[in-house]
Amino acid sequence: MNREPLIFEISSETKKGFTLPRLDVPEKNEALAGLPLREGISGFPQVSEVEVVRHFTRLSQANFCIDTTFYPLGSCTMKYNPKINEKIAGLAEFQNSHPQSPPGLVQGNLEVLKTLEDFLSEITGMDTATLQPSAGAQGELLGMMLIRACHEDRGDPRKIVLIPDSAHGTNPSSAHICGYRVQEVKSNEQGTIDLAALRQAMTEEVAALMVTNPNTLGVFEWDILEIAEIIHAKGGLVYMDGANMNALVGKFRPGDMGIDVIHLNLHKTFSTPHGGGGPGSGPVGVKKHLEPYLPVPIVEKGPSGYTLNFSRPKSVGRVRSFFGNFLVMVRALAYILSSGASGLKEIAEIAVLNSNYIRKSLEGVYHLKYTAPTLHECVFSDKLQREHGVRNIDIAKRLIDYGLHPPTMSFPLIVPGALMIEPTETESRRDLDQFIEAMKAIAGEAVETPEILKSAPHISPVRRLDETTAARNPVLRWEGPND
Amino acid sequence: MSYISLSDPDKKEMLARIGVSSPDDLFRCIPEGIRLKKELRLPQPLSEPELISHFRAIGRKNREGDHLSFLGAGAYRHYIPAVVDYLSSRGEFISPYTPYQPEVSQGTLQVIFEYQTLVCQLTGMEIANASLYEGASAAAEAVLMAERIKGRPKILVAGSLHPQYREVIRTYVKNISVRIEEIAPDTQGRIDIEALGRAVDNQTSAVVCQSPNFLGVVEDLDRVAEIARRHQALFVVIVAEAVSLGILKPPGAGGADIVAGEGQSLGLPLSFGGPYLGFMACRQDFIRQFPGRIAGETRDTEGKRGFVLTLATREQHIRREKATSNICTNQAWCALRATIFLESLGREGMRELAYQNIQKANYALDRLCSIKGVSRKFSGPVFNEFVLEFEGGYRKIENHLLRNGVLGGLALGPDYPGLEACGLFCVTEVHRKDDIDRLARLVAEAVR
Repeated sequence: MNREPLIFEISSETKKGFTLPRLDVPEKNEALAGLPLREGISGFPQVSEVEVVRHFTRLSQANFCIDTTFYPLGSCTMKYNPKINEKIAGLAEFQNSHPQSPPGLVQGNLEVLKTLEDFLSEITGMDTATLQPSAGAQGELLGMMLIRACHEDRGDPRKIVLIPDSAHGTNPSSAHICGYRVQEVKSNEQGTIDLAALRQAMTEEVAALMVTNPNTLGVFEWDILEIAEIIHAKGGLVYMDGANMNALVGKFRPGDMGIDVIHLNLHKTFSTPHGGGGPGSGPVGVKKHLEPYLPVPIVEKGPSGYTLNFSRPKSVGRVRSFFGNFLVMVRALAYILSSGASGLKEIAEIAVLNSNYIRKSLEGVYHLKYTAPTLHECVFSDKLQREHGVRNIDIAKRLIDYGLHPPTMSFPLIVPGALMIEPTETESRRDLDQFIEAMKAIAGEAVETPEILKSAPHISPVRRLDETTAARNPVLRWEGPND
Repeated sequence: MSYISLSDPDKKEMLARIGVSSPDDLFRCIPEGIRLKKELRLPQPLSEPELISHFRAIGRKNREGDHLSFLGAGAYRHYIPAVVDYLSSRGEFISPYTPYQPEVSQGTLQVIFEYQTLVCQLTGMEIANASLYEGASAAAEAVLMAERIKGRPKILVAGSLHPQYREVIRTYVKNISVRIEEIAPDTQGRIDIEALGRAVDNQTSAVVCQSPNFLGVVEDLDRVAEIARRHQALFVVIVAEAVSLGILKPPGAGGADIVAGEGQSLGLPLSFGGPYLGFMACRQDFIRQFPGRIAGETRDTEGKRGFVLTLATREQHIRREKATSNICTNQAWCALRATIFLESLGREGMRELAYQNIQKANYALDRLCSIKGVSRKFSGPVFNEFVLEFEGGYRKIENHLLRNGVLGGLALGPDYPGLEACGLFCVTEVHRKDDIDRLARLVAEAVR
């Protein structure tokens, strides 16, 4: 198969893919006076429109995506993205709206923001929410900032944030950027937070615990009430990473059970498209006591419509410009409105059903380090296959030959050789069965013909890529033949 | 509307295989006492036709579309070629995840690689990342990066940096021991070189300056760089209007060490402020301190070229609390749109686009400044924005324009005490001569 060239390699002088209207104002040389000008942009492509269209269409065909393929990336929640939501986000009234417009002219936008804030507060059981963070990790960072501002306001700045060893890498990173020292809390043999270890770690130096619930194993933190009590008893706050909220919608509300701050990923639970790595959106819900510190502006509903409140003396400030990833929010609101309360509950139920169906079907075929009941995802490992010299990456790459996207492998760190599988609620029985059969076939191949796995994938646009060399001798941009 | 794909018999059989009788049984791992007993208070579910009517009705409450707008200030109205919408809405681009499995993500990865190359070419820098969230947090990441490299406690920020960018920088550095000092603009609207010279010392990690700046004025980057270098401080250049890079000397040629900014102008609709596109580029030797995802070229086992995410040892999923940034999901799809936009316009198109912005803005500036009572506030050269001062104050003008269906420039009073009588106007290629003449006519009426 011939690979698509880089656009720079098919570029040639004088070609154009777009023509501007003729300039309709008198040209003046003085307009350029004093401006430092450049020559033409060196190396910049010059191609025709049809070349652009074929280039990107061919490139797109080299991608797996949720519209074509089962994509069970655990924790990433690759569910179907409803097409009507794309159409809604494409409405001209939203697309062409300028973020500096006077509030009086953008009442529709402000209604979207306020309604979504209210719905997310209701879904999580929090008192209020901000939609400003651009993605989950920025939501985490903001959550940490709110916690710090709250402690400092009480005259009790603290130094440490506790994080379970099963957590996603963004948790410790976000806490660190907020100036906290990260202290790891060991998991017990169930894969959940070890209460004894937590009690021991909890001191009056600890600002907060960051807990993912259900955790990255898909296991619900059964002791969440007690966990919150331990933290609160010594003046700490409880932060919940809501990346896995899709397992809980309509079933459990964190805000009712001792959680002080939570972030959500609209691109996970609320079905907005991942776009090959963003845009996401990471709203943060808080209880009353953290509300004064939320970023500005706050959308408020008054007798004469929606207004923006910038006058918030205790606010931590902004974490980004304007109002956040607005069009992502529009899609999420559409998703909530199309689901309703009953639909959201069903989403959690079917996501959990699909995951448990896969788990049950593959138990014994793949090793399950933690056997506690799981919700929306399950984490197998390559332990049984390792005996034949096969690792999780080989299993993953072989899945590609079966036309399926591999599961997550980079975490949780407490499961070596992890295969973290999350089917989501939108998959059909047929797709689930296909995956299960493929996984079983691969387990068989691991014993019979392990070489097939180790040299997989065989039928993708490229064969296995050398990531080590890529990191050792980084080539991060095209350099022209003459550069 | 439901997007579930299981039939009732499917559910029954699957539950039977698991060995439970209802989906509810699968939630027994949540203690009974803390499970939600009531229904969430949300409206009844809407079908697809109801949903679209509902949002059309909300959209109609936005009245902005009836106006001719001269707002810029960090978000710019440019024409978006049809191919950008068409190609970027392909399911293969919009519905994959971050390319963790490169063999089945070559489309996304090659796009990122091309995007990184384009950003390098535009900015004149050596390396670029796969994107950050948007301009303001990209500026904050640049400041954090500069602090990691230099380890000095002071950052000097131009007062003509976008006010929201300055706010975000302050929010991000609040919890590390760094002090931010602002350098006010001079009468040209450029960073005050004298004041900067006095403020830079061997405790300064970086000088941060936007060009074209928030007041519309294009900075003399060489002079600022020269002062930063006197004390080996890094020079961070912020670009909020990326179209300017089509014609203006690139920051890399003006001595920038790190360039960060907003790529919304490159094929992203205004979208009430997001999703936008943070971009960042820097010198090769800062690679280990660079935040965010990066795509790199490699070979497969048969020697064929391919692309992967690389240098992950800087990132949170490997380094955890020692990572260069906590960023994970970024703006890949927005970077895709910018890539399509830039490749469609190409070398000539980008230059022509930037050129038309300069010419139209200058035509507007001339028209407006010929009106008695209206004057140009800053004398420095402009790209597509400029500040006007109105003798009788700006409020009156703004209201008159609004009553006549025109959104004038942004009132500067709230962010710049002393500029209460000023508005920041933006004119791009989408404004026809007629539009500009209409603006001038209405302003003339209002000042009378």
